[in-house]
Amino acid sequence: MSAAGSDLLLLLFGVGGVLILASSIGFVLKQRLSPDGSNAVIENLNARINAWWIMVALIGIAFLAGRVGVVILFGFCSFAALREFVTLTNTRRADHWALACAFFIILPVQYYLVATEWYGLYSIFIPVYAFLFMPIMAVFRGDTERFLVRIAEVQWALMICVFCASHVPALLSLDIPGYEDRNVLLIAFLVIVVQLSDVLQYVWGKLFGKTKIAPRLSPSKTVEGFVGGVASATLIGAGLWWITPFSVLQAGLLAFTIAIMGFFGGLVMSAIKRDRGVKDWGHLIGGHGGLIDRLDSVVFSAPIFFHLVRFGWSLT
Amino acid sequence: MKALFARAVSVMIVVFARAVTAVRAIWPESGPPQGQCIYFANHSSHGDFILIWSVLPPWMRVRTRPVAGADYWLKSSLNRFIGCDVFAAVLIERDREKRLQDPIAVMSDALDAGSSLILFPEGTRNETEARLLPFRSGLYNLAMATRPDIPLVPVWIDNLNRVMPKGEIVPIPLICTVTFGEALIIAPDEAREIFLARATDALLALAPKPLGDGQ
Repeated sequence: MSAAGSDLLLLLFGVGGVLILASSIGFVLKQRLSPDGSNAVIENLNARINAWWIMVALIGIAFLAGRVGVVILFGFCSFAALREFVTLTNTRRADHWALACAFFIILPVQYYLVATEWYGLYSIFIPVYAFLFMPIMAVFRGDTERFLVRIAEVQWALMICVFCASHVPALLSLDIPGYEDRNVLLIAFLVIVVQLSDVLQYVWGKLFGKTKIAPRLSPSKTVEGFVGGVASATLIGAGLWWITPFSVLQAGLLAFTIAIMGFFGGLVMSAIKRDRGVKDWGHLIGGHGGLIDRLDSVVFSAPIFFHLVRFGWSLT
Repeated sequence: MKALFARAVSVMIVVFARAVTAVRAIWPESGPPQGQCIYFANHSSHGDFILIWSVLPPWMRVRTRPVAGADYWLKSSLNRFIGCDVFAAVLIERDREKRLQDPIAVMSDALDAGSSLILFPEGTRNETEARLLPFRSGLYNLAMATRPDIPLVPVWIDNLNRVMPKGEIVPIPLICTVTFGEALIIAPDEAREIFLARATDALLALAPKPLGDGQ
């Protein structure tokens, strides 16, 4: 087995071990505090842990299936995320063609470009071409009511749910000397750091959280959770240097950047939810809410991580 | 053979509806209705009863038949196959002048055979900005004339009109919900207007509040 393959298996076993630990803790907490299922926090914790098993299994399978598996997995994530996002927008009948185009042409084309590693096009396809052509399609119907709001919402949805999310599989196209065939581990690094940062912010917040950090946006986020979560995610990222082309210090700095972007991504997406008057983006993932509730931190950190690594380490 | 094919098509339609709309049922506190009942729902799209059908547990789905206009579902052989064979629709003739069978009699035969029904009391698809069109009398007549004890379950279908507005052929993937309310029972000698107002209110009470109100 290649070095990348054995590192990947080691990593999956490690994540599996963490999940077994989490499930055990969840089980003990349930026995002690919520034997009849009446403690909402414990029930939600266990629902979240169970959902993590499924998400890790899906990502694991995609990783082992290689490039095509990863592109398809994130393509479907983009589809579900875009569906959640557009559901909450002000679109009208006149946007029908433009929306059909977003779902059935722009999304698949973007992922096809990522799969074929055409960096020159996938990095501008949505910000330039979709940006200009979507409002043209909408204008054909002649409905001017809230026109700017509608086209801006659709463009934003595409940028967040498709363009940003597609930078996760795009990490596979970076050409880093001495790191050939190991790029999938860059995705593992990004996803593990950003998701652990979310989880640890939640854990630190539940254990020690007192001071709300953004009470109007996200009442459950605390200063203690933020500091503890970002600091521990940074340390874990530094400790994962062996799966990356980075040094320990570089891995820690990149992990810090990812965690910070992820935190603010969560805040921005919360602000949108508050504006639309909903608590969660959807109900796709038991205990977590919608897919965007889980993906918000990833989409904000992925493009920054991609470009930092591309600028600093990649030949292409 | 035809029955098997119809069953395969019905599974495909349900899978497709779920893939596009990620439809989710919201049941009342008492849970899904246990026995025979009449579901009455808002109507804005041809896909309405497919969504209700998709969220019903399979054992309830096989005993639930939509009530639909014969003029539309007998129009072509494809319509006829989907309407009669796949969904086993109870077809009623809407045109008062030309019809040969009384719709109430047709529906009550289906009830007597043990089926639950899905009924759209607005009578036609709502293409206006109003949340509901005024109810026709069918629901009242059916319950009063044949089975006054049958539970009448209000069902609000949300968002499907945005997925596929009239005249469009490509559905937009958007998340839909189907909200079931507590069953109503018609009171003995309840007046028509009073009952219809009560049923309308029960249905409107299930509609989610419009987006963007903030909190």
